[in-house]
Amino acid sequence: MQQQPLQAPPPPSEIRPEPKRDGIDVVINGERFRHYGDPAMPLLWYLRDVLRLTGSKYGCGIGACGACTVLVDGQAMRSCVTPVSALKDRHVTTVEGLADAQGNLHALQQAWIDEDVAQCGYCQAGQLMAAADLLKRKPDPSDDDIDTIANLCRCGTYPRIRKAIKRAAAALKEGKA
Amino acid sequence: MSATLRLSRRRFLQVLAGAAGALVVGVRADAAGDDGAPLELLGDDYSQVGPFVRIEPDGRVIIGARAPDMGQGTRTALPRIIAEELDADWARVTVLGMPLGVEDDGGKPRFVYGDQSAGGSTSIPQAWQDLRQAGAAARWLLVQAAARRWNVPAASLRTEANTVIAADGRRAGYGELAADAARIDLPRQPLPLKAPAQYRLVGKPAWNVDARDIVTGALPFAIDQTFAEALVAVIARCPYLDGSLAEVDDAEALKVKGVVKVLPLPGPDPALAVGVQPLAPGVAVLATDTWAALQGRDRLKLVWKPGMRASESTAALEQQALDKLAGEPTQRARDDGDFAKLFKLGRKIQADYFVPYVAHATMEPMNCLALVEADHATVIAPTQTPERAFEVVQRLTGLAASQIEIRFPRIGGGFGRRLEDDYVAEAVLLAKAVGKPVKLMWTREDDFTHDVYRPCGVHRMSAATDRRRRIIAWRHQLASASKRNGRGGAGQQWTSEIYPDDLPAGLVANLQYDWYALDSGVTRGNWRAPAHVSNAFATQSFLDEIAVALKIDPLKLRLELLGAPRPLPYRSHGGPVLDTGRLANVLRLAAARIGWDQRRTNGHGLGIACHFTFGGYAAHAFEVSVENERLLIHRAVCAVDVGRAINPLGLEAQMMGGTIDGLSTALNLAITVKDGQVQQKNFPDYPLARMADMPREVEVHIVESEADPSGAGEIGIPSVAPALANAVYAATTVRVRRLPLMAELKRLL
Repeated sequence: MQQQPLQAPPPPSEIRPEPKRDGIDVVINGERFRHYGDPAMPLLWYLRDVLRLTGSKYGCGIGACGACTVLVDGQAMRSCVTPVSALKDRHVTTVEGLADAQGNLHALQQAWIDEDVAQCGYCQAGQLMAAADLLKRKPDPSDDDIDTIANLCRCGTYPRIRKAIKRAAAALKEGKA
Repeated sequence: MSATLRLSRRRFLQVLAGAAGALVVGVRADAAGDDGAPLELLGDDYSQVGPFVRIEPDGRVIIGARAPDMGQGTRTALPRIIAEELDADWARVTVLGMPLGVEDDGGKPRFVYGDQSAGGSTSIPQAWQDLRQAGAAARWLLVQAAARRWNVPAASLRTEANTVIAADGRRAGYGELAADAARIDLPRQPLPLKAPAQYRLVGKPAWNVDARDIVTGALPFAIDQTFAEALVAVIARCPYLDGSLAEVDDAEALKVKGVVKVLPLPGPDPALAVGVQPLAPGVAVLATDTWAALQGRDRLKLVWKPGMRASESTAALEQQALDKLAGEPTQRARDDGDFAKLFKLGRKIQADYFVPYVAHATMEPMNCLALVEADHATVIAPTQTPERAFEVVQRLTGLAASQIEIRFPRIGGGFGRRLEDDYVAEAVLLAKAVGKPVKLMWTREDDFTHDVYRPCGVHRMSAATDRRRRIIAWRHQLASASKRNGRGGAGQQWTSEIYPDDLPAGLVANLQYDWYALDSGVTRGNWRAPAHVSNAFATQSFLDEIAVALKIDPLKLRLELLGAPRPLPYRSHGGPVLDTGRLANVLRLAAARIGWDQRRTNGHGLGIACHFTFGGYAAHAFEVSVENERLLIHRAVCAVDVGRAINPLGLEAQMMGGTIDGLSTALNLAITVKDGQVQQKNFPDYPLARMADMPREVEVHIVESEADPSGAGEIGIPSVAPALANAVYAATTVRVRRLPLMAELKRLL
């Protein structure tokens, strides 16, 4: 075997930083996306029109109804009034990302099915995301805690939403015990 | 069986003669327990067994849901009715939403699946007539196939859970028989139907078939769908009730990146009905995405010219109503006995009640996806009236029935708004004009300012009682702007506003119902249980006032007025009879559940009211208190009788939701007009109730009944507002005669 002489590689002629890239990096349901369009575009339209993630719904465009609620770094936010520019490198979870990677439903989703919550169903993605945020902060929510969810439901499913949140809270507690 | 006899031969053949092979997009019926595989994974190798049923070789049964589901539960309940008579195993049923079934019949459209619209609480009662037959016919075909295979009489075979079973114990699954069954001609006459004792599905709770797709965000509403190359359109509509476009400057709008085109849209043609054309003139901005379209619209410079209605206001309309009520009625809708004479003789009670315009505010705003080509059009829209949408498309495109495809996915709330197809007309006009698919989007501001509002009105109630504290004379005068919007001529306008057979007609011998036409530029329409909501507020509040004046318990007064259980003729929608016994029964039930006889001493008050609407009977009772200008609703009780409950879980949801809708609307909602423009723009101006504002529970009590089912989408509303106002009176001795209730209560306290 022929011996190679020990020798340091020649130094690079020039050291350059990586070229500056356009766009805004956002992590959505665990995957990284880059938005090249108008930085002022609300997250809702980026999700719906660009990424074709249509689970988050348009309801009012002014953050009043909650149909567009998503989690940003685990906190509930109204995506219709959140520009993509505010989300650089932040982690967004939409209703499509609420179940785990294997498709196992979140306890809230299962409770929503079991309590037969949805009537028309349009607001429910937002309700679920608001409830997910609540349970993270209050694993054993009181009725007053549940009342802090201010998402609108035009069909009047509030009593079943309340029952489903309590059911999910109990299931999560049992799962941990 | 009676239902079989009532189904006419013509109707039967009409339903069963439908074209095969038109089922689209759907999900598994047993959403709670399956893997939620989408339809694309279902095989193409199926057998069509009658127009509503497909069977796969593995025995999976696919049932079509023909009516739009806007939350009222038809996508679950209608297929359950078919599955019942088919003896299908519900765990192996997949529900598919059907597109509009339309064929050309000598130049006229023929709707081959029966009535596919959803309105007037008719989906369930109609399905009870013809979809049971459709299920029985599919079962009959499978039984015939087995009889031929085994060479035994069909009458010797029975069915159970997707299986035909012979007397000797031989069994064949529906999957094995389906291919043979599909080749047999449908029966020529109506088939016998199951006896109620044999029901396995009807009357048992059924979970929403779309639940899993809803909670995972996978379910596509119309607003979630698009076509390749589709342009998103938003429209700047005239803000005046009847204005027109004077000037357009679209230079800045066209500079927005993504904006492709700006197009004017004509206003309504007075010769055509509301709901088949745009509600207002507008300027459309078409762009590659919604955000660009919205920004483009913001940059339009438009000058609108006010029309004849430029000075209309809510205050002026109310004054007009009061002036009209002092004069002669436009129409005397009912005149029993001698009201004038008896009113003079008795002890008189009078009160005026005020009901505002209200909006629909469906959570999914109006939208429509339209593709128009030379020989084909596809429209995907959240419409309650797909047949009407078809007529709109046909009129605007001139295409033949076979060239027009209308799809109506699950709808994000209807409440009557989507009986109109104005948004379909807008999208089709734009798609035609640009030669590309168009996805029309309405913003919430568009929705609030361009609705077909529930008519406002002033109700003047007059009654007289005799010495034995009985009501001997009753008059209901209503001044309202008819929701017919002039359609059918001046003589027809009253028919949608006051119903001659509504109670207490038939219970008070000397009675007049009078209607006075209000002139308003606001476009009116159907709002969940239309005139019943306003009329029940006036009637059931006034009955309470009479009870107070006579020092009679309000429940006792109502029960005595209803008298012995008997059918009264009821000629409006929901008839042919109104059973006073069924109404008294729900009243008693609601009263018992809220503890009517237990006196409250803690400042709480109880209120009760009842109503008959579209074949159903409901009563509401509330327990409330008023503390520091806050109205607290401690308990909400609802008793309902809609005949046989097809799906008790769905019925409970409708009553719970109806109660909350009724409370939300009665408490705080009103559309007002100033300077010829609607003033409410978005939810902050129109504060729908949120969770914290509503009772934590609505106690729903369902009357068990063998009567034919009526729909449940609307009966949950009318008795809510009066029961609430009556409870507020009981708690505070403040009588609220004007809606929305909270603003008036604060003024009066």
